Amino acid sequence: MNGVTVSAKVNGDAVQYVCPADESLLDVLRNRLNLTGVKEGCGTGDCGACSITLDGRLVCACLVLGAEAEGREIGTVEGLSEGGKLHPLQEEFIEKAALQCGICTPGFLVAAKSLLERNPNPTEEEIRYALAGNLCRCTGYDKIVRAVQSAAKIMRRGKKAAR
Amino acid sequence: MVALTYHAPDSLEEAVQLLSTARQPVKVLSGGTDLIIQMQGLTQDERLVVDVKKIPGMRAADWSDDHLRLGPSMSCSQFTKRQDIQAVFPGLVEAAYLIGSTQVQGRASLGGNLCNASPAADTIPALIVNRAVCLIQGPNGTRRVNVEDFLTGVGKQCLASDELLVAIEVPKPAARTSDAYLRFIPRTEMDIAVAGAAVSVTLDDDGVCSNARVAIGAVAPTAILVPSAAEALIGTKLDDDALHAAAAASSQAANPISDRRGTVEFRRHVVGVLTKRAAKIAANRVGAV
Ligand SMILES: Cc1cc2nc3c(=O)[nH]c(=O)nc-3n(C[C@H](O)[C@H](O)[C@H](O)COP(=O)(O)OP(=O)(O)OC[C@H]3O[C@@H](n4cnc5c(N)ncnc54)[C@H](O)[C@@H]3O)c2cc1C
Ligand code: FES
Ligand code: FES
Repeated sequence: MNGVTVSAKVNGDAVQYVCPADESLLDVLRNRLNLTGVKEGCGTGDCGACSITLDGRLVCACLVLGAEAEGREIGTVEGLSEGGKLHPLQEEFIEKAALQCGICTPGFLVAAKSLLERNPNPTEEEIRYALAGNLCRCTGYDKIVRAVQSAAKIMRRGKKAAR
Repeated sequence: MVALTYHAPDSLEEAVQLLSTARQPVKVLSGGTDLIIQMQGLTQDERLVVDVKKIPGMRAADWSDDHLRLGPSMSCSQFTKRQDIQAVFPGLVEAAYLIGSTQVQGRASLGGNLCNASPAADTIPALIVNRAVCLIQGPNGTRRVNVEDFLTGVGKQCLASDELLVAIEVPKPAARTSDAYLRFIPRTEMDIAVAGAAVSVTLDDDGVCSNARVAIGAVAPTAILVPSAAEALIGTKLDDDALHAAAAASSQAANPISDRRGTVEFRRHVVGVLTKRAAKIAANRVGAV
């Protein structure tokens, strides 16, 4: 095995791992770092279940080599809640029943969070376009869009209150 | 996947050294959105992967006096955010914006799109109409190849195994020039072009087209430049007759295949329609600059 030693940050914490050069970051996160929130739906970039952020940019973990993460900052769904308190997106996904089997949910949450950081007040069309790389076989998407809209509203209000 | 050795050199010299001395087949890695999937299919093979993203300049895009020097590994999400580039090459930026999903764009690069040489690659027709040039580095120095000559077949380009694409140079266009790219897909996003067309036009002060370039994609083994379609536009005010003639020239130049995504007849027809519409959009954009 051509092992590669990698030091990176995951959700703000420093991590180190050794992985074969051909192992995907998805497998590293799930099998070596026990972060099983990230899911594998296809392994080919089509479903978005493996969505994570790499240095703040939304990517598919299945299309990144574990070896490439050296020195980078990784964000996963496990980093959404703070001090045991769910992120507004997570609250609204529950509130609006935006999940059924839940396999797609971590990917949608990470992708939606990344969208709202770039655009705090997206239109329905912008939400649907930004989440086009996330597939869901259960919900029919509508409740997911409503949950994102409602979380966006709450987050905008929160920001105003904090000012 | 195959047994890999991974290197991420931080200089061009080191990268070229790795490419030219490797004992096993070498693959250059940019965003991996084509390469990592292609390697998943292979077994029992050894491969050296050279990740070029740490080499200075590979992910940058800088203007010089007469051109944009684009690092081939810059992600589409970085590229499409650049308003300075959007203002000059709106058609090239819209082509990059069509690639995959937000997630895929976080990694996919224009250089990877070009080197992967898919007949349906979205950015290639837009690079061709903008006269983009590939800067290629090998053990014996650098050479320059126009994008339309870089591609040699389905999935093939002219890079030798010890060569690397180090930059894409896009000349600054003449005054009153703009571009546009359109593709046809059966869905609204996340799909591969059934046909695509890019057009660049230069208009004089009276609105007469003084220069044009047309390139079409997904309708031949490689994206191709269509000089006859450009000639149909030059010297006209892009009236219906001229647009119709350009469309016919693109349809004529197309050499498509039939598959489950479209027949030969359909692709020929659609590529003409896209040429016409892209020419109109590019001309309207000239008015806006
Ligand atoms: C879900 C999904 C949807 C997609 N949708 C589209 C689409 O709509 N339109 C489209 O055109 N493409 C699409 N693609 C294909 C792919 O994303 C693009 O071709 C992308 O631009 C490739 O860039 P990359 O940086 O990921 O390349 P990589 O995968 O890193 O490399 C691609 C090829 O180029 C070579 N290469 C890369 N950089 C260099 C270099 N500097 N020098 C020499 N060789 C190099 C590699 O060795 C490899 O052979 C899609 C892919 C996925 C997974
Ligand atoms: S598992 Fe990565 S996109 Fe489907
Ligand atoms: S909830 Fe089952 S795939 Fe989305």
